[in-house]
Amino acid sequence: MKAIVNVYLKEGVLDPQGKAVHHALDSLGFNGVKDVRVGKQIVLELEANDKETAKTEVQKMCETLLANTVIEDYNVEIVS
Amino acid sequence: MNVTVLQFPGTNCEFDTQYAFKRLNQNVTILWHEETALPENTDLVVVPGGFSYGDYLRSGAIARFSPVMQAVKAFAEKGGYVLGICNGFQILLESHLLPGAMKRNENLHFVSKHHWLKVENRDNRFLSKCEVGELLNIPIAHAEGNYFIEEEGLKALWDNGQVLLTYCDSAGNPANPNGSVDNIAGICNKGRNVFGLMPHPERAMEEILGSADGVKMLEGLCS
Repeated sequence: MKAIVNVYLKEGVLDPQGKAVHHALDSLGFNGVKDVRVGKQIVLELEANDKETAKTEVQKMCETLLANTVIEDYNVEIVS
Repeated sequence: MNVTVLQFPGTNCEFDTQYAFKRLNQNVTILWHEETALPENTDLVVVPGGFSYGDYLRSGAIARFSPVMQAVKAFAEKGGYVLGICNGFQILLESHLLPGAMKRNENLHFVSKHHWLKVENRDNRFLSKCEVGELLNIPIAHAEGNYFIEEEGLKALWDNGQVLLTYCDSAGNPANPNGSVDNIAGICNKGRNVFGLMPHPERAMEEILGSADGVKMLEGLCS
């Protein structure tokens, strides 16, 4: 079973990377972009074979290590 | 005084830190991160600068779980003095020994230069040898020094006198090299025994190297 974790800065926390990418896109003529947020994706290969158990476990991993919940939000998607 | 300087894979300021405290006539032990206990006579723990675990995931995120950090947490909770410099500050934030978090510098650059700091509070051991409003010339060298804390937490920091240092120019006017909220360069915890700052006082110990302003900062901790 595979888990895909997306971690990104919380709404309202200014994202310096997103801002720079937005600026670059604008310079390249892509003017229709309203906002850019840059996050990271962590892909986990899991031993579990029950989706719910896997999700609970990965959420625990996010709270403990994968995300800094002071500034970051995350979401977990389990794909088998 | 006995100073214990931590060493993680990727730490690179442990010897500068050792040199700085030896110059101040203190005993210094460098302690590998796999140790589960601090030397018994430790009076001060310094978490030095560098790139622990290659800054992977987030600066300080992995070092936080090192065996030695559990001992440091217990030490701090009992009132022991802890100083985190640069990556050490990031580790203390990730460990929740200090409030807030670090983001990438606003301009996304690694900033490495001397910078002026203003002393905001001296009611703590670290800056007890400095004066409020005093300007200090200290090197900074980081890519993730953009300190962030939500509004309520920020207010609490100011109200409790936990904001120790802010970035400024040579005339004392606010100046910000990384985007940190309220130009914050250094803070302490509520108990005033855990200190964290992005600038490197251990690199400002001799006039011939550009500044000796780090001496009076570190001396405070030795008194």
